[in-house]
Amino acid sequence: MKLREVQKILDAELICGEDCLDREVRASFACDLISEMLLYVTPHSLLITSLMNAHVVHTAQVMDASGVIFVGGKKPDKAVIKNAKMNGVPLLSTPHLIFECCGRLFLNGIRGDKKDPG
Amino acid sequence: MVDSLQYTPQITLEFPIGEEDFFMAGEYASRVKKTLQQLGLDQTIIRRIAIIIYEAAMNVAIHAHHGILTVHIDTKGIFIKTDDKGAGIPDIELAMQEGYSTASDQVREMGFGAGMGLYNIKQCSDELSIESKVNEGTILNAKVYFPEKAHID
Repeated sequence: MKLREVQKILDAELICGEDCLDREVRASFACDLISEMLLYVTPHSLLITSLMNAHVVHTAQVMDASGVIFVGGKKPDKAVIKNAKMNGVPLLSTPHLIFECCGRLFLNGIRGDKKDPG
Repeated sequence: MVDSLQYTPQITLEFPIGEEDFFMAGEYASRVKKTLQQLGLDQTIIRRIAIIIYEAAMNVAIHAHHGILTVHIDTKGIFIKTDDKGAGIPDIELAMQEGYSTASDQVREMGFGAGMGLYNIKQCSDELSIESKVNEGTILNAKVYFPEKAHID
């Protein structure tokens, strides 16, 4: 699935990274712990989180995530957005909360990562 | 995959880390990742290195007064060292346990301090050693080797 389809499914607003909307999303991972993201996020995964700081962007970049979805309508500050633009990390904001996001994506065929023991 | 290294001299990168210098850890991981990509290294190894650097540098920023992160690349592999002056680790075995943490609420609010840092580093390293003296500091050495066939002697 393309990131632009994810955007529609989650009613998400694009914060930055318009040129990245055709990126492939192969799996998804939702959490608010950076260490878990570092351990479990695989390349081309979508990162769903309510954490709003620069660590999320760095982690997404380091782990080759296809993009970051901020839940609950939240948006990060300008410095974080600037950092995301510099590192080529698309950021989106959805009004939905984590459970709803995961449910919608799951119904549309997105699964957790292969590393997930489930 | 790593053939380009045959002509690459040894590289040593050094990065300072200050107390509560929380946002440099990700910056350093990101910078080293880009350098390793330019060298044409395997993506899996690059990711392992980036995770080790991220977690190890965060540990220094969280627990020490100051420290140095060193990344050394040669034909055998990549060696990551953090050398810090600070609180030290009273019980290394306990600190290695997944879920054990002494991090502050401030650190937890940033999404760290879940007690997974050293565990993650161990998972990503081929070799890991930690030496620590309470109220003096900690030296962490992590090694990631290139696959055997890629060794160039």
